[in-house]
Amino acid sequence: MSYAAGMTTVGIMLAVGIFLTMRATDALSVAGFSFLTEQEWSPETQKFGIAAVLFGTITIALIALSVSVPLSLGAALLISEIVPPKLKTALITLVDLMAAVPSVIFGLWGVFFLQANVIPVSQWISNNFGWIPIFRVTNAAGELATEASAFTSSAFIAGIVVGLMVVPTQTSVMREAFSQTPMGEREGALALGSTRWGMIQTVVLPFGRGGIIGGIMLGLGRALGETIAVYMIISPIFVINWEVLKTGTNSVSSLIALRYGESSQFGLSALMAAGLVLFLITLAINFTASSIVARSRSGAESG
Amino acid sequence: MTITSNGTAGSSEEQEDSLLGQGLLNEDMLAPSARTFIPSSEGVEVGARRTIHGTPLEERFNVFGAAAASISVAILVFGWFAPLTGQVGWAVVAFIGFLGFYAVLVSLKADGQEVKDRVMISLLYSAAVILIGALLFVVIYTLIRGQDALPHANFFFQTMELAGPLDPLSMGGIAHAIMGTLMQIGMALLVAVPLGITTAVFLNEIGGKFARFVRTISDAMTALPSIVAGLFVYAAIITLITHQRSGFAAAMAITVMMLPIIIRASDVVLRLVAGNLREAAYALGSTKWRTVWQVVLPTARSGLVTAVILGTARGIGETSPVLLTSGVTAVMNLNPFDGPMISLPLQVFAFVRSPEPNMVARGFGTAAVLLLLVLTLFALARVLGGRGPGQLTVRQQRAVVARSGRDAIRLTIAGARRERAAQVAAESSTSTSTPPAIKDALS
Repeated sequence: MSYAAGMTTVGIMLAVGIFLTMRATDALSVAGFSFLTEQEWSPETQKFGIAAVLFGTITIALIALSVSVPLSLGAALLISEIVPPKLKTALITLVDLMAAVPSVIFGLWGVFFLQANVIPVSQWISNNFGWIPIFRVTNAAGELATEASAFTSSAFIAGIVVGLMVVPTQTSVMREAFSQTPMGEREGALALGSTRWGMIQTVVLPFGRGGIIGGIMLGLGRALGETIAVYMIISPIFVINWEVLKTGTNSVSSLIALRYGESSQFGLSALMAAGLVLFLITLAINFTASSIVARSRSGAESG
Repeated sequence: MTITSNGTAGSSEEQEDSLLGQGLLNEDMLAPSARTFIPSSEGVEVGARRTIHGTPLEERFNVFGAAAASISVAILVFGWFAPLTGQVGWAVVAFIGFLGFYAVLVSLKADGQEVKDRVMISLLYSAAVILIGALLFVVIYTLIRGQDALPHANFFFQTMELAGPLDPLSMGGIAHAIMGTLMQIGMALLVAVPLGITTAVFLNEIGGKFARFVRTISDAMTALPSIVAGLFVYAAIITLITHQRSGFAAAMAITVMMLPIIIRASDVVLRLVAGNLREAAYALGSTKWRTVWQVVLPTARSGLVTAVILGTARGIGETSPVLLTSGVTAVMNLNPFDGPMISLPLQVFAFVRSPEPNMVARGFGTAAVLLLLVLTLFALARVLGGRGPGQLTVRQQRAVVARSGRDAIRLTIAGARRERAAQVAAESSTSTSTPPAIKDALS
């Protein structure tokens, strides 16, 4: 009977893949390979592709990672190596608790608080680092834009919010890996006269490398799939936008949330195809992450 | 007593030990035979001992000094010297200044390694402070902004059916969303709990190649994007079976999201159940199923409850699957198989899309209710899950002791009865006396 339960779990996962593929074939057979290269999304005119939304998804996820990785790495090291045991338990609980906060609440915060406070920062970055192409913000005429309205609802803001959302997951994966560092090796480093940071650098970080990479990739998977917070913040566009500070970006999941209602049967099939691509990407990332964690020293015992 | 000062054989050590044990020798008499020498420390330079825990007074002064200096510099730079503005810029300048001053102050007394150590550790502290601060701020911001709507009692008992966007907060409420969430989560739990825990049992008790495969799949399922779960249910249930959006479909989508979390957390808990309990059950001749049902699951009960609660907390917060499979409504809908049924997170989303301040206030109020619900569930999980499998509360321990006491009495009485019956049977043929042990037990 418990065998059947295992089968059911696998069956659900398979069914997700099978149903999405089945429903997506309609659209994919029409679009063919251009599904991956076309930026526009209008299934009514048979002209649709996920190049722009996929690009948006990846930019948001990369910005999220650049926010979350330093924070989670620092917090994980601090929790596992430095703070006294009592504070340690409290911090672990707090971080786990944060992993349970619904994404819609992060979205609310992003829209009503962060947006207004990040715009000056975006403006400053754009003014001072505008010579780096991705930080440049130009208006329709191709000149540098400075007004605040050019900086709202950007990939940058969505990325920060998604970054904060994935930090708890990353922190707990990394902390788990660090805390498995053998005591003997730590003590060895300390006995040789190393400082605490020297010990972390030479023993804990190399030992936990698999955990760090695994945690980052798990966070990446989460960031790619995040829907509602991104949907609340961004203003959707269907062109590739390299200027991450500028208004307008898109993501696969928010495309689905945006269009599911108005879609015809064929449009729905196109959305299924987009969902299938997202599903396959997150699956690939997740399998890579778990194999890295399992192959590393720190993950060897915790299969 | 023949103790040589150049004791080389291992036996002499044993001899010494035994003599010490008998009190015939004391430590002083053995001194010349000690073979471990502490090398003379003369001429050898021994560095200061590294302190790796605690902060000496001087260290704290360094922190305060650097903080004071950096704040002053930031104020100077921003107020007088340079045309810089903005709070974020101020904070960044102050932070970089702090690191610089701190490094200088530490380097007055310590070497390069230690300066590096101090600076890196203060960086780690700042990362954690920023992280915890930001996360707490997200929560507190929601609760504070929710205060406008929460004091109105009607907010919890009315629906939005008759209340428009411009109506004051004293009209309308989220009763329909609360009911919707409860019903959806209830249905999702009905499916996810038996399936999840049985799968976890399968992973742990049966094992094998297939179980490893299932574990990999369920781990991959943890990262399944929620919108994909929504699409799946849309394709599999709505277009094929029900042909309309419903609370039931939303519950199924939530199930898909909750299942991997419950499996994973239960798996961890079941793995902690001590092997000797299982072996004892098998040794008593019980079947696998009976062992699981009567030994493994009861032992891991508190952990399993925690797993379920964690899954629930995650499931309650899911927005996008409900958006796709159930949809927005302002009406109370108690029939899960007919028509849209809204849930709390979706209601938040629906409220804040309106530009009206009252609707936004309702949105924050709903978010605060949702957040409090999740926090309560999480706190509950912590309280119940604080104990490992098999660890009992004081009350449970007392119950166990009382039960085994009753068992002891029952067994001795039964034994005595059997003994007496045997005696009666024996007396009819030959005469024997009652064994003294039974007499003691009976008295």
